[in-house]
Amino acid sequence: MPLIDDEVAEQLEEQLTVLENEVNLAFFTQEFECESCQTARQFLEEFSKLSNKINLEIYDLKEDSDKAEEYNVDKIPAAVLLDKEKKYSGLRFFGIPAGYEINSFVNALKLVSGGESELDDEIKDTAAKVEKDVHFQVFVTLQCPYCPKAVEATQQLAYENDNITADMLDSSIFNHLAVKYDVSGVPKTIVNETEELVGAQPPEEFLNAIKNL
Amino acid sequence: MGLDFNLKPSQDEETEYKTVDLDPEMTYDVLIIGGGPAGLTAAVYCMRKGVSTALITDEIGGQVTSTTEIENYMGYMYVEGEELVDKFEDQVKQFEIAYQEGKRVKSITDDQINQVTLEDGTTYQAKSIIVAAGKSSRKINCPGEERLTGKGVAYCAICDAPLYADKEVVIVGGGNSAIEAAIDLAKIAKEVTIVQLLDHLTADEILIERLEEYDNVNILYESEVAEIEGENKVENIVVQDTQQNNKQDIAADGIFIEIGWIPNTSFVEGVLQLNDYNEIMVDCKCRTNKEGIFAAGDITNVPFKQIIIASGEGAKAALSACDYVLKS
Ligand SMILES: Cc1cc2nc3c(=O)[nH]c(=O)nc-3n(C[C@H](O)[C@H](O)[C@H](O)COP(=O)(O)OP(=O)(O)OC[C@H]3O[C@@H](n4cnc5c(N)ncnc54)[C@H](O)[C@@H]3O)c2cc1C
Repeated sequence: MPLIDDEVAEQLEEQLTVLENEVNLAFFTQEFECESCQTARQFLEEFSKLSNKINLEIYDLKEDSDKAEEYNVDKIPAAVLLDKEKKYSGLRFFGIPAGYEINSFVNALKLVSGGESELDDEIKDTAAKVEKDVHFQVFVTLQCPYCPKAVEATQQLAYENDNITADMLDSSIFNHLAVKYDVSGVPKTIVNETEELVGAQPPEEFLNAIKNL
Repeated sequence: MGLDFNLKPSQDEETEYKTVDLDPEMTYDVLIIGGGPAGLTAAVYCMRKGVSTALITDEIGGQVTSTTEIENYMGYMYVEGEELVDKFEDQVKQFEIAYQEGKRVKSITDDQINQVTLEDGTTYQAKSIIVAAGKSSRKINCPGEERLTGKGVAYCAICDAPLYADKEVVIVGGGNSAIEAAIDLAKIAKEVTIVQLLDHLTADEILIERLEEYDNVNILYESEVAEIEGENKVENIVVQDTQQNNKQDIAADGIFIEIGWIPNTSFVEGVLQLNDYNEIMVDCKCRTNKEGIFAAGDITNVPFKQIIIASGEGAKAALSACDYVLKS
């Protein structure tokens, strides 16, 4: 049984025709796969067949620890987006980008393939000038219609600057982290462990949070 | 394990967005407040009439964005809220309309030229205004509610329910949305307590029957929430019995508030005439008590709050406003 049914596959295929350059997906799992890792892998295998611009590489968190270290991957399932030259973009998805998150996943791929982000030029400039290392962790649930907005806003900022990393995390799969960060409503974004934003805030607010670091 | 996908349709390649920024120096013929079905429909009608038009909205789509399934909007047997909003958006943004999203209107004044002031202080001017700011979820207005919003106080059950596996939750309300939330949560939470003001539930019978299948649900009738307590997150709910007037504490990790919707009329208070439910009073041409100010959709006293009705009223308000502008 495929995870992506024909109707959705057809729509995705059409949306992915706008990918400009190749995108490389680095997926991390392990030898004895957890249930969500297995689902995530199957999803990505099906997904990557929907466009000849998408290349999928599957890594083992332990055996390919050099790769995991390169992209700072410390938990699975994880999908890291790399550009056509396999340069790390700072955009990552922890969990399975299904439900409403399929939209942020498609948009992230469009960005990394060389698309234009929707950010105002002023915001792009400010984001590009950030010198600190910034880590956005956006906690979502897959049934949340507002959550992709927060994921997309942080990932657009991350795309402008190598110092910025932006992660989507499925709260149901990374429940221990949701508990650790007191996630009791989504989307909730943790910035470098010290700042937090609740709700689908506009990109300006995420930039402000960087200033407070 | 199956997966669901709520894929948004891609923006129609044919429709190029032509929207422009609002200009504080300009006097618009029509300024629309609100980007739900009523405001968006009004925008299309105004642009097609050729009057200069501006639209300011907090979020595009309004309540439709939080609706999963729509089966009563003509032309669609079934459509997801997000998808319908995308179609509305494409239809509006094909025009060179002055468009501002992400800002809230704080006040309006009526005069020969009406003024619309945003929360950030910017003021815009227009010969006529269409107020289409719809409704927002009703708050309890008890201590702790605002402070703990997003920290256990939730208004989107479908979004946040998965975070409450094996936890204790309270649901406030007894209508369809409250009982739907209760069923979703009963599946995964340890214990669900429903706090209902009336002595019975008002949800559809079929939902109540489904709720009764769960044995981790407790219902407190004729009760209301007096306070939400907790330092950095919800820990305790103080529930007051309205008959005996005694209070009890319910330990809870989350509280889902599903007590209906109230009109977003705070920014027109003192300017426009409202009814007892705080809805703007309009006549059959969507005229308010102030000349040049029109209102449409859920924010008005027009009965039955539905997408197709709000859209229809938006069209009517636009045609009335255009008439007014052309005659004055
Ligand atoms: C869960 C749910 C399910 C529903 N299901 C259906 C259904 O199946 N079929 C159906 O026909 N109807 C349904 N409805 C009702 C329908 O959604 C509403 O009747 C309709 O959206 C009303 O449209 P509106 O434009 O008047 O207001 P709204 O949709 O409320 O839009 C108001 C807009 O104004 C903006 N706004 C508010 N305040 C300000 C401010 N101060 N400044 C600037 N902008 C502001 C908001 O951001 C919003 O975009 C449902 C509603 C809900 C909540």
